[in-house]
Amino acid sequence: MRSAHAIHGGIHPDEAKALAAPGKLLDAGIPDKLVLPLSQHIGRQPEAVVAVGEAVKGGQLLALAESPMSVSLHAPTSGIVTAIEDRPVPHPSGMTNLCIELQCDGEDDWLTFTGISNWRATDRTKLIEAISGAGIAGMGGAGFPTAVKLNGSPGQSIDTLIINGTECEPYISSDDTLMQIDAPSIVAGAEILAYIVGAKEILFAVEDNKPTALTAMHDAVAASESECQRDVMTFPTKYPSGGEKQLIEILTGKQVPSGGLPAHLGIVCQNPGTAVAVHAAILEGKPLTERIVTLTGEALGKPGNYRVRLGTPISHLLAVTEFDPSNNRRLIHGGPMMGFALENSDVPVIKTTNCVLVPTEQELPTPPPAQACIRCGHCAEACPASLLPQQLYWYARAKDQEQLEKHHLFDCIECGACSWVCPSHIPLVQYYRAAKGSIIDARAEKIRSDRSRERFEARQERVERELAAREAQRAARRAAAQKKADTDADDDPIAAAIARAKAKKQAADEAPSAVPDADS
Amino acid sequence: MSTAGIMQTVLVATLPGVIALTWFFGPGTLVNIAVGGALALAFEAGALALRDRSPTPYLKDYSVLVTSTLLCIALPPYSPWWLVATGIFSSVILGKHVFGGLGYNPFNPAMVGYVILLISFPLQMSTWQAPRGLGEIPGIMGALTAFISPATYDGVTMATPLDVLRQNQGLLMADLQAQKPQFGLWAGVGWEWVNIAFLVGGVWLLYKRIFTWHAPVGLLVALGVCAAIGFDSGSSESGGSPLLHWLSGATMFGAFFIITDPVSSAVSNKGRLIFGALIGVLIYLIRVHGNYPDAVAFAVLILNFAAPLIDQYTQPAVYGSKPVKEDDL
Repeated sequence: MRSAHAIHGGIHPDEAKALAAPGKLLDAGIPDKLVLPLSQHIGRQPEAVVAVGEAVKGGQLLALAESPMSVSLHAPTSGIVTAIEDRPVPHPSGMTNLCIELQCDGEDDWLTFTGISNWRATDRTKLIEAISGAGIAGMGGAGFPTAVKLNGSPGQSIDTLIINGTECEPYISSDDTLMQIDAPSIVAGAEILAYIVGAKEILFAVEDNKPTALTAMHDAVAASESECQRDVMTFPTKYPSGGEKQLIEILTGKQVPSGGLPAHLGIVCQNPGTAVAVHAAILEGKPLTERIVTLTGEALGKPGNYRVRLGTPISHLLAVTEFDPSNNRRLIHGGPMMGFALENSDVPVIKTTNCVLVPTEQELPTPPPAQACIRCGHCAEACPASLLPQQLYWYARAKDQEQLEKHHLFDCIECGACSWVCPSHIPLVQYYRAAKGSIIDARAEKIRSDRSRERFEARQERVERELAAREAQRAARRAAAQKKADTDADDDPIAAAIARAKAKKQAADEAPSAVPDADS
Repeated sequence: MSTAGIMQTVLVATLPGVIALTWFFGPGTLVNIAVGGALALAFEAGALALRDRSPTPYLKDYSVLVTSTLLCIALPPYSPWWLVATGIFSSVILGKHVFGGLGYNPFNPAMVGYVILLISFPLQMSTWQAPRGLGEIPGIMGALTAFISPATYDGVTMATPLDVLRQNQGLLMADLQAQKPQFGLWAGVGWEWVNIAFLVGGVWLLYKRIFTWHAPVGLLVALGVCAAIGFDSGSSESGGSPLLHWLSGATMFGAFFIITDPVSSAVSNKGRLIFGALIGVLIYLIRVHGNYPDAVAFAVLILNFAAPLIDQYTQPAVYGSKPVKEDDL
């Protein structure tokens, strides 16, 4: 049995997880309409393969991934495509994106799928194709296309697969619920993932505030066969232990090198929800069309963990959970630490929506206005990346990009622990995000200007080269003409006679002058 | 905890020290703190108005009261009103607002005020009331007289133990401590208990996690090591024992209430350890070889200058900056 390692920093906010009664799965039902953004992941947008007016069945392909960095999209129920247009999507900026609107017919009529039962005898690239075809992106938060992560990069071998069931953020219990009700599928999905990446070891990580999930995982591991060395590991609850880099240090004692990936240490991390989706995609051929969402907060009459079809508008979920708007000012996509406020409830649930938090004003008050930073250093104590947030804040305000990079701005994982402890209520992470954005812009700008300078210099050089070449040609022609003239002059008796006469006349002109010319 | 909460906690933590000062030297310090606090709030409000800032959120953060209380604790009790007023003005306006207010002051504001007074009014600043047991302690009327009408006030003053130590001519340490009435159990009469009281308040702040142990421990260890080296077996040339230095003058007050000001100190834990240690060394050097009775204020200001430089070289190693070992792969 391995033992867990300690990490720097971290905080212990009120967990507030019991509110959503983890372990009990409710059903959010089928709304009238689903709004399915084509992009629900990091990467390229897939191409829509249905037209407005077309009837589709549950599980039917709606948009096809044409590039490896893209993820396909399938219908979460049967119905008719009523629009393909820009709609608001869950994003901090409140931006719109291309969405397919599906008018549900309530029949919930599904296609039949065929899976790959003997996956151990199947080539891993085939399995990765199946995962990509099932539209699976990381369900833990970032939404990175799972197939890309599993493909890895050439020359890198993976030894360890980590199933990250830490779920350290307050309020959220969707992974906890999944582990409690379907641990065998997580364990079986992990087996497939380990086979694909070639891992010899699987670590299941569960924080010690989820004893029921931990027991379920232990039981599922004990009840199954594996070709890997497997371990269910638990460790003290602390935010943000579930951050990928933090978890790797907790489990292995190793740190992912700055700017690198877990794969550099031979590690791949996956979320339990992703493992279950992979399990369904391989064994049943079933695409990803639903997920567990924690709908919680004291402004909801019926908080809980709900099985939600992708594309379900959050307004539908608010109705299902008996939302009381009288004392609520914010609707948060994700958790209280890393989530972001939604402008309205029209946006849909997407593959990365693990939680919708609807707090009362007493429960999570709107933060008071920020005060001056007194450099107390509580943020540095809390920072899991061992950064100096107070210095980063200082330099971010001064827009000192050189110092920001020297103070490792890009190692910030944006967990929000610093903002949480800040006695002056400074929204530190917002400053870091903005600073990262402007540094990335500046780098892109520099690359652009370098390129255009190079282009300009190359052009300049070419123009000069051509000029020089033309000049050389002209000089050669002139020289040739001169030479020709010279030789012609030697041969021509008339010209010689004229020259002799000219010389004689010149001598006669000069003779009368009293003082010989200095320049003659 | 909010910034105002931190400031209030610091104010509460000064109580043991203020009580000890009042017990041993009378109510002079209390008068200083009360009037100094009112003046500080007035100066803060005025400066904010001149700087076109809304005064309420800043006045409610208690930071100016911390500054004024710390300065008034450092001032001799029974100081005249104009000394207190000049000090508060220097701290609040010159130490804080000319640099941009809370969070932007490169120097500890209380120490800026203290040093301006010490250089401008050396006589008033080095006149200390004799402690309880060695002289009569004035009552509240005496304190008010000294404050309002200093010319008519006549108190019992006495050289402090650190003065006596500096002026020691040829006595062995043991003899000096036995013969001079200023010395008590371990250090000066009264002073030793005042220092212990500030230590108690400081340890409480550590327990409340208002600051980390690095700067105070750095100061106390460095001061102790210097004193141990300079102790010279207690000869007539001795600089005094570590215990004497730890429990004399403003040592504990400085270690837990002055150098822990986060704004003007180094930022990282390692940086704060170095910051504290260098202050400890300077305190010893100035006390034993310098010309001033105590050294905390000068040492702190000098290291405030150096804090950005210390920061430059003490950045902590961030996650993932360790080179990956071969066997990790």
